[in-house]
Amino acid sequence: MADLNAGSVVAARNAADVVTTKMTARNVNVYYGAKQALKDVSIDVSQENVTAFIGPSGCGKSTFLRCMNRMNDTVASARVEGEIKLDGEDIYKGGMDVVQLRARVGMVFQKPNPFPKSIYDNVAYGPRIHGLAATKADMDAIVEGSLRRAGLWDEAKDRLGESGTAMSGGQQQRLCIARAIAVDPEVILMDEPCSALDPIATAKIEELIDELRGRYAIVIVTHNMQQAARVSQKTAFFHLGTMVEYGDTSMIFTNPSEPRTKDYITGRYG
Amino acid sequence: MASMSASRPATETLASKAPTDWSGPAMTARIKGRYRSEFVFKYAGLAALVVAALFLVFLLFTIVRDGASGFRSTDVKVTVTYDPTILGIDQAAAKGPGGKQLIEQGNFQGLLTTADTGLGVGTNVVSEGAWLVLREAVIADPSLLGKTATLWVPTRSNFDLLAKGKFDLDAADEARGVNDADIAAYRQLESRGLLKTGFNWTFLTSADSTTPELAGIWGAAKGSLLTLLVTLVLSFPVGIFAAIYLEEFAPKNRWTDMVEVSINNLAAVPSIIFGLLGLAVFLNFLNMPRSAPIVGGLTLALMTFPVIVIAGRVAIKAVPPSIRDAALGVGASPVQVVFQHVLPLALPGILTGTIIGMARALGETAPLLLIGMRAFVTEIPSGLSNPATALPVQVFLWSDDVARGFVEKTSAAIIVLLIFLMLMNSVAIYLRNRFERRW
Repeated sequence: MADLNAGSVVAARNAADVVTTKMTARNVNVYYGAKQALKDVSIDVSQENVTAFIGPSGCGKSTFLRCMNRMNDTVASARVEGEIKLDGEDIYKGGMDVVQLRARVGMVFQKPNPFPKSIYDNVAYGPRIHGLAATKADMDAIVEGSLRRAGLWDEAKDRLGESGTAMSGGQQQRLCIARAIAVDPEVILMDEPCSALDPIATAKIEELIDELRGRYAIVIVTHNMQQAARVSQKTAFFHLGTMVEYGDTSMIFTNPSEPRTKDYITGRYG
Repeated sequence: MASMSASRPATETLASKAPTDWSGPAMTARIKGRYRSEFVFKYAGLAALVVAALFLVFLLFTIVRDGASGFRSTDVKVTVTYDPTILGIDQAAAKGPGGKQLIEQGNFQGLLTTADTGLGVGTNVVSEGAWLVLREAVIADPSLLGKTATLWVPTRSNFDLLAKGKFDLDAADEARGVNDADIAAYRQLESRGLLKTGFNWTFLTSADSTTPELAGIWGAAKGSLLTLLVTLVLSFPVGIFAAIYLEEFAPKNRWTDMVEVSINNLAAVPSIIFGLLGLAVFLNFLNMPRSAPIVGGLTLALMTFPVIVIAGRVAIKAVPPSIRDAALGVGASPVQVVFQHVLPLALPGILTGTIIGMARALGETAPLLLIGMRAFVTEIPSGLSNPATALPVQVFLWSDDVARGFVEKTSAAIIVLLIFLMLMNSVAIYLRNRFERRW
């Protein structure tokens, strides 16, 4: 933990020079019934950088992530106030098509959750329901491209017909990433994608995130501060439902301006 | 908690406490007691299982012992002359076009009662329905008219039972159930080799009758099949859609809570109440035909519907939410999530529940009694609105019959019912294994 303070583990890659804002959130409040889970969160997510949300358990970072593609709609008691925009368009406005939104803002979940179908069908499912491939050859190309970008092609090309659930945990998670990018989203949200994986599988996913950077706007929620330091250029620290601090990852980890951030980074709680 | 920690800190209690004696007498006694209760529990469970198995074996044994003979019947060899004058058939016309109708109208019953059948015993051996066999023979071969032929016809029930050894011949006359003349005739025929006992096709192919040797189960079985068809067609889709709606789309509020409680209560309502409902609504209000499989099916569908809804909801609930998240996360609409992911995964559970519900409906008697399916039906039902009866009702009717020959028919009908149930359960197990997927 002391290393972190010294900045030796902090990613060498700095935040991109040219930054395009992809998503913005202004004064977002989320309630589960009477309980307020998020208080007044405002943040800009850029196209070029990987943005990490860190913070102790129950701080609201996953809640906020799930607001960004309206997955919280499935929770009956959840209520979202404030404004979240994708390319300047309010995703909570009346006529917003949630299905379309989730295709544009894809998601990778904490626990690998491939469909109990073949590897091929797992990746092809999204393009199929959105009509992204006109022919079988197109679909094959999408599947291969997605698996390649997810770094899974070499392992999966000879067993495309096998069930996705038969793979190892790390492979399953990369399959889920392949499934998310097969729809050609603009943003990928990752909710603690490595928390169920061993260190080697984690390293592969982290490499993959780095390769996908720039092509997709990526937001990752993580418990693991080293991981945030390794993969992200921007970090937001959440605590007790508020966003305490948001800035360049290198700044957050070496020179946080808030004492609460500093305490968390140095392992005083969390 | 608060008062304890205030008066004495937990660390102090732990430190001042004597170390636990893991091998002391108190601990040894506790371990012994634990082993004893494990032993008692294990063997009590085993004993319960053995008792249950014994009951099952006893049940199956008695049913098979009493019922196996119901699948066999005794025939007697008769020699008859197809006398056209007794039959009232014009021999020449019978060979021409329309001869079949002519033969069908022939007085074969009269032929069997008046003509000499070559048996030479002073009592009536052949069954009341034996003339049907003669008629079939003549229809098959009209040239038999005027000739003499031998053929096997069913015997009366008493001779059938004598051949199967169902009477205690050493008992006193009144308790024996069969008179001396029949016994003498039986012995004589048997010594002449005119009797044979074989597989009872009549039982498997015909409908109910007042005479045991002519009674069959197929009418009731087909009535049951038609009834279950109606039940399945109505309750399966309605039940599944209700389950999907309640589980996946309905808001959680007081109304849906009430619906849920009502459905659970409906599943526990005694079946005879459904029979009363069927009687009041389908027969009295909607004037549907009495004793018909369509009404039976409707009534049983009301009864099966809550079972399917409950099984369906449990199966849908068991689909992990992560699968729903995964599908929603790539932009599937709620309907796509349900029909492409949740339903295929829930299907084995839904099918198992459905078949269990159908098996219950197959064994149901009480509601069918009330809507008139206990009728005495000698025709095999050919449609949904024909009068029909059902397998369990047939068992009930035969068990009530005074004729001795129906005792074995009752058990045989139970065997047929059990075979149907076992087939349905096998299908349930097959479907569950076939569609089961792991994730």
